[in-house]
Amino acid sequence: MPLKPQHPQPRTNSIEAPGPDRRSVKHMSIKVMREKGMKKIATVTITALSVLLYSALALSEVKSLRGEDLSAMAKNPQHMEIINAKGGFERSYKLQPPMVPHEVDKYEINLKVNECLSCHSGTTYEEKHAPKVGESHYESRDGTTQQTISSRRYFCNQCHAPQLSTDPLVQNKFQGAK
Amino acid sequence: MNDKTKRSATILVGIGIVVGIILWGGFNTAMEMTNTEEFCISCHEMEENVYQELQETVHFTNRTGVRATCPDCHVPKEWIHKFVRKIQASNELYHKMLGTIDTPEKFEAKRLELAQHVWASMKKTDSRECRNCHKFVSMDLDKQTPRSADEHDPHYWDAIDGKEPQKTCIDCHKGIAHSLPAGYDPAKQY
Repeated sequence: MPLKPQHPQPRTNSIEAPGPDRRSVKHMSIKVMREKGMKKIATVTITALSVLLYSALALSEVKSLRGEDLSAMAKNPQHMEIINAKGGFERSYKLQPPMVPHEVDKYEINLKVNECLSCHSGTTYEEKHAPKVGESHYESRDGTTQQTISSRRYFCNQCHAPQLSTDPLVQNKFQGAK
Repeated sequence: MNDKTKRSATILVGIGIVVGIILWGGFNTAMEMTNTEEFCISCHEMEENVYQELQETVHFTNRTGVRATCPDCHVPKEWIHKFVRKIQASNELYHKMLGTIDTPEKFEAKRLELAQHVWASMKKTDSRECRNCHKFVSMDLDKQTPRSADEHDPHYWDAIDGKEPQKTCIDCHKGIAHSLPAGYDPAKQY
């Protein structure tokens, strides 16, 4: 069956004769883009404004611990005393360095002496009825046990702190591990 | 004995008494002048080392503003003991002239030895100078922290019952007015 001669399709030249459709599409896309850009700017502006507003609100709720405005005199600090707790404090978590249940302001720790060790060292703790410094504190960094306390552990108050009888600055629900 | 001799004897005795009073008073005044803190710290060995440390302690700075000066702890109050201590101090003058402890380094190197002298004399006198102010009869253990009260308790009752003291203040209270010397061993009996 002979092929039916097909009607030659009209040649179209996109450059010479751009269809009205194409043109409108191009026109439309610019318009859409412009609209999209506007939307973006609007969104950013609204977001920024709301962030500002919320942070301003949030900031207005933050209260300085100092309490007063800058020009006012600061409030007198709460009267605080170091707690002398017989029997010591419960630890809040495992391996917590035990807290110091007595005053320490008269005990010097310097190059010459460590007055904590007047009671807590291995040679004195029995007579003074004081807890002995942990064995780990006599280990050097290579793990050998020394006669004297390791220099890494010399400054007791780096880990062991006395406790003050005071309310927490921020009320909280902290509970130590049981 | 005629009247003339009697009179001159009376005058002589009178002059003797007056001169005696003046000399004795002058001697005591001079000794008291060496018994002030200003005199003690006029020597830089004292001022730059131990006096600086004293100012950090409760015997200098405290709640009530009552304070101890050098002689309150280091010079006995009773005349005879004071006199003996002053004669011993001539040795200190000798070493001042030699410059035995005229730098902080020299002082620190000798500090343990010097401190041991003070501890020994305090122990010998049952801490007499401490007890010029601190007396067990006036001590309220309830006002002390639990640790202090527990430690003082047996000695307090010994003192109240008039028993021989088992320990004296300096046995425990070393390094309370000045820093402890390097090399001090708390387990050792000094």
